[in-house]
Amino acid sequence: MATPLLVSDVSKSFTMHLRDGMTIPVLSKVRFALEAGKCAVLGGPSGVGKSSILKMLYGNYAVDNGQILVNHKGDLIDIVTAEPRSILSVRRETIGYVSQFLQVLPRVSAVDVVAHPLLQRGVDHVTARSRAEEMFDRLNLPEKLWHLPPATFSGGEQQRVNIARGFITDHPVLLLDEPTASLDAVNRAVVVDLIREKKKHNVALLGIFHDADVREEVADMLIDVAAFAPELAA
Amino acid sequence: MIDDSPLLRATGVSKFYGPRTGCLDVSFDLWPGEVLALVGESGSGKTTLLNCISTRLLPTSGSVSYRGRDGETRDLYKMTEAERRFLMRTDWGFVHQNPADGLRMTVSAGANVGERLMAVGHRHYGDIRAAAGDWLSRVEITTDRLDDLPRTFSGGMRQRLQIARNLVTNPRLVFMDEPTGGLDVSVQARLLDLVRSLVTDLDIAMVIVTHDLAVARLLSDRMMVMKDGRVIESGLTDRVLDDPQEPYTQLLVSSILQV
Repeated sequence: MATPLLVSDVSKSFTMHLRDGMTIPVLSKVRFALEAGKCAVLGGPSGVGKSSILKMLYGNYAVDNGQILVNHKGDLIDIVTAEPRSILSVRRETIGYVSQFLQVLPRVSAVDVVAHPLLQRGVDHVTARSRAEEMFDRLNLPEKLWHLPPATFSGGEQQRVNIARGFITDHPVLLLDEPTASLDAVNRAVVVDLIREKKKHNVALLGIFHDADVREEVADMLIDVAAFAPELAA
Repeated sequence: MIDDSPLLRATGVSKFYGPRTGCLDVSFDLWPGEVLALVGESGSGKTTLLNCISTRLLPTSGSVSYRGRDGETRDLYKMTEAERRFLMRTDWGFVHQNPADGLRMTVSAGANVGERLMAVGHRHYGDIRAAAGDWLSRVEITTDRLDDLPRTFSGGMRQRLQIARNLVTNPRLVFMDEPTGGLDVSVQARLLDLVRSLVTDLDIAMVIVTHDLAVARLLSDRMMVMKDGRVIESGLTDRVLDDPQEPYTQLLVSSILQV
C-alpha cells in the first residue's frame, strides 16, 4: 500500500520582525513517514515543536525547507509548495485535524458544526446530522446541548464537539493535537476506541498525547521530536 | 472537485491617481466558489483594487479577464459598456459599505429585490413578488416589510436587504466592500453568519475588502495583505494569520485586541 504521508528534511524557524528580525530556529531536518492503519506519536518535552509539526502538515504553518508529500486521491501533493486551493482540497478529502481548540462560529449549533465536514463531502443533511448525533451519543455529550451553539460549552464539552467533528469523516490521514487534554476517564476511553477503529479502517494517525496511559494504548511508533532540534548557534 | 480554469484573473493591475499610487502590479486568480479577502489599513489600495477588478474603475495598466457562464474567458476592458453592465446586473453582485449606495432608497424593499429580476428578463409580477418575499426571509427580514421603504429600516436590515438584492439573480461572483463597517458588533455577527452560510450554500465566489482580520478569518479561504498599493503577502487565510511572514503582516496580526 502507498505511503499516505512522507515528511522529508523539513525545517522551520520563526522570524520576529517586531523584535528586530530575531530568528528562532524551531525544527531542522524533520523526517518520518506515516503508515496506513498505524498511529504514530510525537514525543518530547513541551516547546520542542510537536504542535508546529502538525500545523505544518496541515498547511497552517509555513515551512522554510523540505517537502511534505501527501497521497491525495492518488496524486502526490507537496504541502510546502501547494496552492491554497490544493491545500483546501487536501483538508476536505485527505488530512483531518483535531485541535485542542474549537473555532466557534456564531449561531451555528453543535450538531451542524460536526455535520459540516460530511456535507462538504457530499453527504445529505439528514444522514450527516444523524451521524453527528451518533458521535455525540458515543462521547456522552448531553442531548440538551446538541442544538445549541458550542460557544458557551465547557472546555471538555467543546473538546468533544471537536473530536466528533474530526472523527466523523473517513479522511485517510488524521492529525490529533492532544485530543484527550480536557476529558474525564470515561471519555478518554471512548477516544481510545475511536482511534482503534480508525486504525482498523487503515487510517494513518499522527498524534500528540500528554496522557501517558492513552499514549501507551494507541501508539504503534514513537517519533522523538527532540532529535530534530536545530543545532544551537554559538 | 478542482475546476481547471479560474473565474477571474487579474494580471499586473495598476492604478495611479496622478502622481499617487492606488494599487501597483497586482496579479491573482480567483477560482469558482473561492472567497478571497483583501486586507490592509485605510489607504493601502484595497478598495482601489476591488473597483479595478469589478469594472467600476478603469485601471491605468494591466488586464482583468472573466470566464462567463458560456465557458469563455473575456477581457473585461475589451467588452462594450453595455456588455459590462449586463454582467454586473446578472452574473455579479456588488455590496457597498453604505447600503444607501447600493439600494434605491425611494422604492420599496420588495421592488429593490424585484428590480434585479426584471433586469434579467422576469416579467410576471406575482413570481417577482414571491421571489422578493422569499429572499427577504432568507436574509431574515419579515415579509410584512415587503412594501416598506428601506429608509424605514435599521442599518443592519438595510445591509441585509442590499445582500438580498445582490443575490436574487443567483450571481457567480460577489464583491463586498467593508460590508460590516459602521454596524454595531451584535448586528455584525448576525450579518457575517448570514453571508457565510449564503456563500457556502450557493457556492458563490467572493472578493471581500475588510480591515477587520476577524471578518477575514470567518469568511475567507485565502487572503491578500496590501500595503502602499502592493500585495505584500498572500496565502491560505489561517496560514497568513497564524504564521505571518512579512513584517507588516506581523504588525497587523499582533495589533488585534484579544477579548
